[in-house]
Amino acid sequence: MTKFAKLSLTAFVLIGMSATAGTLEDTKKQGFVKCGVDGGLPGFSEVVSGGVYKGIDVDGCKAIAASVLGDASKVKYVALNAKERLAALQSGEIDILVRNTTWTQTRDTSLGLNFAGVNYYDGQGFMIRKNLGVKSALELNGASVCIQTGTTTELNVADYFRANNMTYKTVAYDTNDQVIQSYENGRCDILTSDASQLYGLRTKLKDKANHIVLPEIISKEPLGPVVRQGDDAWFNIVKWSFYAMVAAEEAGITSKNADEMLKSNNPEIKRILGTEGKMGANLGLNADFAYQIIKQVGNYGEVFERNVGTSTPLNIERGLNALWSKGGLQYSPPFR
Amino acid sequence: MHILRNQKIRGIIFQLLTILGLLAFLWYIGSNTVANIEQRGIQTGFDFLNGTAGFSIDETPISFSETNTHARVFLVGLLNTLIISVIGIVFATILGLIIGILRLSKNWLVRKLAAAYIDIFRNIPVLLQIFFWYNVVLKSLPGPRESINLFDTIFINNRGFIIPQPHVNTTFIMVTCSFFVVFIIVFFINKWANKRQEETGQDFSVLIAGLILLFVVPSLTYFISGANFDFDYPALKGFNFQGGKSISPEFLALTFALVIYTATFIAEAVRSGIEAVNKGQKEAASALSLSEYQSLKLVILPQAIRIAIPPTINQYLNLIKNSSLATAIGYPELVTVFAGTSLNQVGQAIEIIAITMLVYLTISLVVSAILNWFNHKMRIKDR
Repeated sequence: MTKFAKLSLTAFVLIGMSATAGTLEDTKKQGFVKCGVDGGLPGFSEVVSGGVYKGIDVDGCKAIAASVLGDASKVKYVALNAKERLAALQSGEIDILVRNTTWTQTRDTSLGLNFAGVNYYDGQGFMIRKNLGVKSALELNGASVCIQTGTTTELNVADYFRANNMTYKTVAYDTNDQVIQSYENGRCDILTSDASQLYGLRTKLKDKANHIVLPEIISKEPLGPVVRQGDDAWFNIVKWSFYAMVAAEEAGITSKNADEMLKSNNPEIKRILGTEGKMGANLGLNADFAYQIIKQVGNYGEVFERNVGTSTPLNIERGLNALWSKGGLQYSPPFR
Repeated sequence: MHILRNQKIRGIIFQLLTILGLLAFLWYIGSNTVANIEQRGIQTGFDFLNGTAGFSIDETPISFSETNTHARVFLVGLLNTLIISVIGIVFATILGLIIGILRLSKNWLVRKLAAAYIDIFRNIPVLLQIFFWYNVVLKSLPGPRESINLFDTIFINNRGFIIPQPHVNTTFIMVTCSFFVVFIIVFFINKWANKRQEETGQDFSVLIAGLILLFVVPSLTYFISGANFDFDYPALKGFNFQGGKSISPEFLALTFALVIYTATFIAEAVRSGIEAVNKGQKEAASALSLSEYQSLKLVILPQAIRIAIPPTINQYLNLIKNSSLATAIGYPELVTVFAGTSLNQVGQAIEIIAITMLVYLTISLVVSAILNWFNHKMRIKDR
């Protein structure tokens, strides 16, 4: 409560006091990007040994730092729970939120926020103990459900049980850590969240093999970076920093071959890497902003594989997150 | 210049300047907030209260479903806050009174145990105590299938305590009413007994009479009204127990922690109240050959209570405000569901936090007004 009350109060005071200089200038002046993440979600944003942040969302923060400041490490991470995150962005406590946040109509229109893309296409699922013998989500009538509060998850599960004439009991907590702990202790029968989070949270359980994720996906959860409404220059930077990673994967540019690619004659590659055209200048950034992202962070495919892909404990297939040309939904508008 | 040398006028001028400065500051923050909110396109106003909540709440004193509005969420949260506050205050008072008296017992062990209790629980933050009860004690209970089974009627597991729930029928209503009747009768017996004692000095044990009545009257009512108690017994069905009334671990943890924590302060208030009564009063009481119990009841406590009331009022207010810590374990009171879940779904932080603060302010002011009136009434009348 205290942290949340403090945030709300700062929200009030900061909304009240903040003079609206451009986020880009502010970021350049202070020398780091203020980025909100979860901090406790394996694969997306997790603090590993030595206080280092890792994950697909963390790489989203790094990409902005690389494009704006030329150094991917210049990020100040702020770990936020689901309840705090939007207020933190509205108040200016952070300048960009990359915290597996679902893009919804309400959030996009009524909260003074803008979603700058989708860095992970997700859907909500259920995790349950194997020994309960449940094979489908339709057998969950009467179950107690552990949920993280302040999420779209909470609304989806209400819709799903209502639509299928089933009853359930909510046990809602502020953080994912509390949710997984309570689930493990048996306070609830099922844990529901975005499917990717279920895989991530499952890696935290002591007896991982005894828990299954049910096949039903009950919602669309496009997760992406969010910025404040009303600063279009910053919005564009965040949007195109993300697209640069997708475009790089399409064009076959990776963190390893980025230097060689600088010599490429392919006009699309030249425009992405900034050796031709004025893509950087259009955004108010250096010409090599995309090169810096790719060199220091990697293209979208690399980021995905490194954090959540089949070689990681999460073991998630590309699926919807494959490039459009490979049957997925990831698609960058042209660099032109 | 001589006007400024006048102390009175100077005082007024400085006070005016302070007020003007404060108003200017508030106006600056207010107008800036409004301007920035408009510029960023954040929705404002109280229309959201009529919007559909869309989420469910587990423990609701009034019916609630996903299709209800955020206004209903507010009501549910408020009622849960009031329930936890009332239950907490009642039990904390009883426990605090007992511990406070035991703290002054002549028995060494009892005295020391009471002191240890106070010292331990007063000095651990209440949030930690909530976590202790919730995460350490209640969560280590067995799962629903391995519930602790008390005579097939009460089940205890890590989902809470599940007790039989009586159906509301004639017998149930009559017996419930009979309890109230007993309380009213005891109230008047007490009045009569006090009066008789003052006039004749004869003692009448209201406690024993009350206990007898408390047993006899409801029992008689039970048989007269048809002896037809009908309970809804809990039974394990599917994932959980169905039927009966379940008391959640969140509620229990919060109640335990708040009662045990607040009782320590009330105990100290009671102790200091008793100790503040002049020693001569007690000596005089025993010189009149009043028993230990009589001297406590007739001489010491009436004086001690006057001293103990003001600090106890503060503890009541603290308990009400501390109940908002429920948000840490997800008990659905006002801060958890309204200033938490609802806020998140609609995102209008300023309105919702303002409403919530106003509610706590109102509750606290009402409680302190009532208790101040009581305090005033109990005061020694100076003549």
